[in-house]
Amino acid sequence: MADPAATRAEAMRLRGLFEAEGATPVETTILQPAEVLLDLYGEDIRARAYVTSDALRGEQMLRPDFTVPVVQMHMAEGAEPACYAYAGEVFRRQEDDPDRANEYFQAGFEVFDRENPAAADARVFALFHRVLAPLKLRAATGDIGILMAAVDGLRTTERRRAALRRHIWRPRRFRALIERYSGRAPVPESRAALLASADPMADAGPVIGLRSEAEIRARIEVLREDAAAPPISADEVALLDAILAVRETCPYALERLRDIAVDMPLIAPAVDRLGQRLDALAGQGIDIDALEFEASYGRTQMEYYDGFVFGFYADGRPDLPPVASGGRYDALTRQLGGGREIPAVGGVIRPGMVLELASRAGAGR
Amino acid sequence: MSVKLGVPSKGRLMDKTFDWFGARGVRLGRAGSEREYAGRVEGIDNLELVLLSAGEIPRELAAGRIHLGVTGTDLVREKLGRWQQRVEEIAGLGFGHADLVLAVPRAWVDVSTLDDLDAAAAAFRAAHGFRLRIATKYHRLVRDFLRDAGVADYRLVDSQGATEGTVKNETAEAIADITSTGDTLRANHLKLLDDGLILRSQATLFRTRAVALEGADRDTMVELLKQLGVD
Repeated sequence: MADPAATRAEAMRLRGLFEAEGATPVETTILQPAEVLLDLYGEDIRARAYVTSDALRGEQMLRPDFTVPVVQMHMAEGAEPACYAYAGEVFRRQEDDPDRANEYFQAGFEVFDRENPAAADARVFALFHRVLAPLKLRAATGDIGILMAAVDGLRTTERRRAALRRHIWRPRRFRALIERYSGRAPVPESRAALLASADPMADAGPVIGLRSEAEIRARIEVLREDAAAPPISADEVALLDAILAVRETCPYALERLRDIAVDMPLIAPAVDRLGQRLDALAGQGIDIDALEFEASYGRTQMEYYDGFVFGFYADGRPDLPPVASGGRYDALTRQLGGGREIPAVGGVIRPGMVLELASRAGAGR
Repeated sequence: MSVKLGVPSKGRLMDKTFDWFGARGVRLGRAGSEREYAGRVEGIDNLELVLLSAGEIPRELAAGRIHLGVTGTDLVREKLGRWQQRVEEIAGLGFGHADLVLAVPRAWVDVSTLDDLDAAAAAFRAAHGFRLRIATKYHRLVRDFLRDAGVADYRLVDSQGATEGTVKNETAEAIADITSTGDTLRANHLKLLDDGLILRSQATLFRTRAVALEGADRDTMVELLKQLGVD
């Protein structure tokens, strides 16, 4: 592990590189109000962030990332377009793996620009690619937007599409829902009994708690409607599986997705956006013929990326977290914007890992 | 030095632990009065009895301040990250059985599985503007369980006692708590989810992995485990 002073200096060096790209340097507080983060991420964030509290301000979290406070700041007072750079410590609980750092530096770069998302994606990726080039890392890319478009394009009820959209970032539950909606998983006995009952509330006993009888009856109605809806067809499930299985270098991935879009035309705009992004990346000098694309990449990370996603990894070191990662998070700006939104893309580099890998490469020479 | 054995300092768990050791020729008891938390040991030399709150035994084991300890598997898993690396399960003692379960109001006839709970949580959040609250004191275990199951739109609220009453009192919509027979759940108009069993727990003898015993202490440990029939 590099010493803290060297890591801080490296973080500031990286931030300097981002500033040279036109970014405005910003600072955020280390203590963040817990409510915003809990509302965004749900209970899972408690397993990943340190929560503390006092009697006046209530629960606070030690900053688990910069993105949320930077977005809040931009939505509150930023002019457009905007581009920010930051560097500092983040804190993550690591209760199951003592080898993972619970406090480390991040240097980040965020772009808020509604003019040309493909160009903004390419700008961020190319910048990271250039900064990290000496380390000879492996880059991974993906696009959550294509999977979201595929879900939106399913010929089924809006409720089912909404349920699937809600679980895009939880692959296991997503799969379970697909199995059920396509009729491949049996209806649980309890569900069958409920649907068969003429008066399901007859034996319910007293209704206690905030969830009202009306809410219970409303959901029973939803379940009845769902039971009456035809299953998602095997063809459509196969197309969804085909999308999730795409894992090729970028040009082949694009070709494969264009083929799939012939049978699932609603993903075509998202696939076109991938094409525009690849053009923009090539324009930035990225060798897209060698760049990997994986359609399911980024699904198990924190659930705010909803378009382009990327990561940089030290080859042959699967034990290490990514040296850098980032992506597009348009929906996050909508959630934090109080009625406003702006397309946004950004990423972070871990200066501590950059130093560690650089010294290793140096020692090997 | 001596080998230190941590045992819950009161109640049925203490009595049954004393019985279990006594049946194997190791007589444990309190020294002096009922109120004194000092222990005595007969039937083996060089073993020291340390009476502790059951909830503190996992931490003391992990720190190596006691070498053996009796506590519930639920407490070890809740309180110790990577517990397998920090303590070793020597033997289940066959009492103190309790299941950590998820329970919802019996009136929720539409909710029988985690799948239902997840869907109900989404609808609840949309209707009420906040996440469905689950009262528990087992935050880690419940959170890990629900994350593995892919349940979203809930939040845990802390409840250190009378957890079954939180739904009626409208401080939570569902609970996750220890139950042995389910009577308390039924009395409070709650029901288990079909797939809501988070953990089966029982009183268990654990050994620390934090310290390696040497010399006479190591001999004592070998002799003790042999006498207990768990070597």
